[in-house]
Amino acid sequence: MTDVTITVNGREMKGSVEDRTLLVQFLRENLGLTGTHVGCDTSQCGACVVHVDGKAVKSCTMLAVQASGSSVTTIEGLANGQELHPVQAAFREHHGLQCGYCTPGMIMTAVDMIERHGSSLDEETVREELDGNICRCTGYHNIVKAILAAAGASQAPAMAAE
Amino acid sequence: MGVEGIGAKVLRKEDRRFITGRGRYVDDMSVPGMKYAAFVRSPHAHAKINGIDTSAAEAMPGVIGILNGQQLQGDGIGNLICGWAVNSKDGTPMKMGAWPALASQTVRYVGQAVAIVVADTQAKARDAAEAVVIDYEELPVVTKAVEALKDGAPQLHPEAPGNLIFDWELGDKAATDEAFSKAAHVTKLHIHNNRLVPNPMEPRAALGLYDPAEDHYTCWTTSQNPHVARLVMSAFYNVAPEHKLRVIAPDVGGGFGSKIYIYPEEIVCLWASKRTGVPVKWTSDRTEAFLTDAHGRDHETDVELALDADNRILGLKVETTANLGAYMSLFSSSVPTYLYATLLSGQYDIPAIHANVKAVYTNTVPVDAYRGAGRPEATYVIERTMETAARELGISPAEFRRKNFIRSFPHQTPVIMNYDAGDFEACLNAGMEAADVSGFEGRRAEAKSRGKLRGLGMSCYIEACGIAPSKAVGSLGAGVGLWESAEVRVNPVGTIEILTGSHSHGQGHETTFAQLVAERFGLPVDNVQVIHGDTDKVQFGMGTYGSRSGAVGMSAIHKALDKVEAKAKKIAAHVLEADEGDIVIENGEVKVAGTDKKLGWHEVCLGAYTGHNLPDGMEPGLKEGAFYDPTNFTFPAGCYICEVEVDPETGTTEIIQFVAADDFGRVINPMIVEGQVHGGLAQGIGQAILESTHYDDSGQLTTASYMDYAMPRAWDLPNFKVSTTETLCPGNPLGMKGCGEAGAIGSPPAVINAITDAIGNNDLTMPATPEKVWKALNAVR
Repeated sequence: MTDVTITVNGREMKGSVEDRTLLVQFLRENLGLTGTHVGCDTSQCGACVVHVDGKAVKSCTMLAVQASGSSVTTIEGLANGQELHPVQAAFREHHGLQCGYCTPGMIMTAVDMIERHGSSLDEETVREELDGNICRCTGYHNIVKAILAAAGASQAPAMAAE
Repeated sequence: MGVEGIGAKVLRKEDRRFITGRGRYVDDMSVPGMKYAAFVRSPHAHAKINGIDTSAAEAMPGVIGILNGQQLQGDGIGNLICGWAVNSKDGTPMKMGAWPALASQTVRYVGQAVAIVVADTQAKARDAAEAVVIDYEELPVVTKAVEALKDGAPQLHPEAPGNLIFDWELGDKAATDEAFSKAAHVTKLHIHNNRLVPNPMEPRAALGLYDPAEDHYTCWTTSQNPHVARLVMSAFYNVAPEHKLRVIAPDVGGGFGSKIYIYPEEIVCLWASKRTGVPVKWTSDRTEAFLTDAHGRDHETDVELALDADNRILGLKVETTANLGAYMSLFSSSVPTYLYATLLSGQYDIPAIHANVKAVYTNTVPVDAYRGAGRPEATYVIERTMETAARELGISPAEFRRKNFIRSFPHQTPVIMNYDAGDFEACLNAGMEAADVSGFEGRRAEAKSRGKLRGLGMSCYIEACGIAPSKAVGSLGAGVGLWESAEVRVNPVGTIEILTGSHSHGQGHETTFAQLVAERFGLPVDNVQVIHGDTDKVQFGMGTYGSRSGAVGMSAIHKALDKVEAKAKKIAAHVLEADEGDIVIENGEVKVAGTDKKLGWHEVCLGAYTGHNLPDGMEPGLKEGAFYDPTNFTFPAGCYICEVEVDPETGTTEIIQFVAADDFGRVINPMIVEGQVHGGLAQGIGQAILESTHYDDSGQLTTASYMDYAMPRAWDLPNFKVSTTETLCPGNPLGMKGCGEAGAIGSPPAVINAITDAIGNNDLTMPATPEKVWKALNAVR
């Protein structure tokens, strides 16, 4: 067992974990932050994306001990109290979710994407950068729309027509 | 409509918990003392079990107990069942092989559960599961249905000689042969409908809790139909008496059919909780999901279409072999029969149809309903054949379809279904306009100038949903009725709880169901709570599948609201000293029409509960229930048009445009309906170009992870152009048809028709991977 200290959503959290414990397991099992999900075993689906020191990371691909000393933001820490983060609000406004299972990872990926590209984000880039996030419900149409809307980017003509 | 009533784009009430990480899925649950389960699974596709040695595993740290199939049978836990009886054409019943929840003598597919390990942590349970030593004696394997029917094929079940489950037919063979004898042209095609893995993003999970103090069981499970799960677990598997068993399906992360069935794992976790004395939670990993969730499709079909000299359809012959896997899953028998052959008339006036279906055991994961269930297979058969016939005859595929459309309703097909309403031409016209079909040849020429091959394909689908009229399905072999229930509880302050037997796993019921109340009483949707998924709270209901929650589930709510409205009006008429017939309820007020006399909705509700001033003889309270049993299936239909570009150098297909013009009857929330179509299209396009489920000769599933199975990603899909036309369904009070499965039903033939148009070779199977497309292109170049 190894002691870890991770700042999660602004609060310093300590725990003792088996070395093989994944960051996602630490968040879900030790801290009860069950908003971060596990959808595959191979780092493909992105349901587990969180931010580690400001960057989007698949928390099923990082050991909890690797994250010790880092600052982690999960979906639970994204809103400012009752006020939704603009990406959360855009997912609701544009119906970018159905069953909700992939949604936390999608939103965390989208926040990172928007932070890197800003309003220059275009549809092609969004679709390309969603390569590591799988959704089985929405066909991505409204997820792409929500991310572009949150980025404040002008939407592609084909989408604006609808 | 009001701002939140029928037809309004109301944002979803349930979204806030999902976008803030507060959804509650089964794996998020924990209860005091909870331990973790791992299943020991067969690594062989077919083998005898000669012995199980758990001694090393039992000695490992944290292990609480290891249980096997003999103990399960010893405790009287029953075998899994198939709930739909289908007879062969000679009258003999289908041949069901025994499927114990834990195999004790023979395993018949890779991944079949043999034992359960319960331990302190998930990791320790998995470590111990790997240390269980099982002495297997390997047996010969067959994975393809056509091979399994051959003489000398490995035999799976003693109950089913030749691996044949049933040899079933529908339609008039003599009349169809007669029609073919008069044909001026016959189009023949061999069709392969590829096996798919449903892949809801939330893997299945189960948490079983036995409380010895109360002799009571609770099962949290990823189910689309928790009441059916409770019934089946008690009545057939003997896990717990029905009144002592609570089944809870909380937030469920997608289902697409795969979470209808009651699987071995939830049965075993509940049983193991009693055996070990601790609550037991199991969560599937993704590879386990590939190896154990019921798969979909897997048909081989020969089809022949007979036409007269005027290009009118005379008849259709279909011979299908359906692979049902190693065991008969809960509704597996209905999928290639009553949900498939009954739709082979498509949108067309076909005087004679004959279909023959052989269902077959193989050493593969059981196959059952997956989004569309039988109807995508039927649509693929008919729509590829229509397109092929038009090309053979050198006529416009659209005009060929138009010429053969059914135009008057009701229409009795030769294969059971009676279509109640529709306007196929309206969908075709809407689709062709949205797709700019008239401008296609120009776009094809422009693509050619860039070295790309452009193709256009269409599909005019019809499906049957709103599943289903109980008497009709009972006469066809269903073991259950398929009605739905609702209870509307009006609180003394006027807020409303709707308890529904439907289950939402992404469909947005908490919003659309509340819109019925907004429409009826003018109350805000925020004043309505929709409660589902818990057998202790909700009256018995049948759950969600077959696009039934609108046409059947909401009709039940509609009926209950009728009763609430009638009683509220009686109370108001009494208080206001008016005639009951003059009372209207709107905008949250209960008024006497044409006067200024009125009560607030909340005043009427409070009056119902104080009982101080009710009509003589009226019971206090305002709570009504209803069961709704549909009189017919509903028949959503539409026209899908796909435009692709193929790169002749690589065989890569790009979907340039996808148009969907659907008739779903009345639409409650257009935003949610569009979302349902988008998702269905993605699954259908995935089937057409990406998703391949591959078994090797030894029965290993070689596509059992997202590294190997091509799930559609954002990059693979276009923006969709979706629209709806509307003919109301006469069979239910809201005029709804259902929209959940249409996208997955209608899209695969549109995509393949487009690719085959682009490459000029009709010989192409799904998924149309770059390699297959390149080979097909070069075969004719």
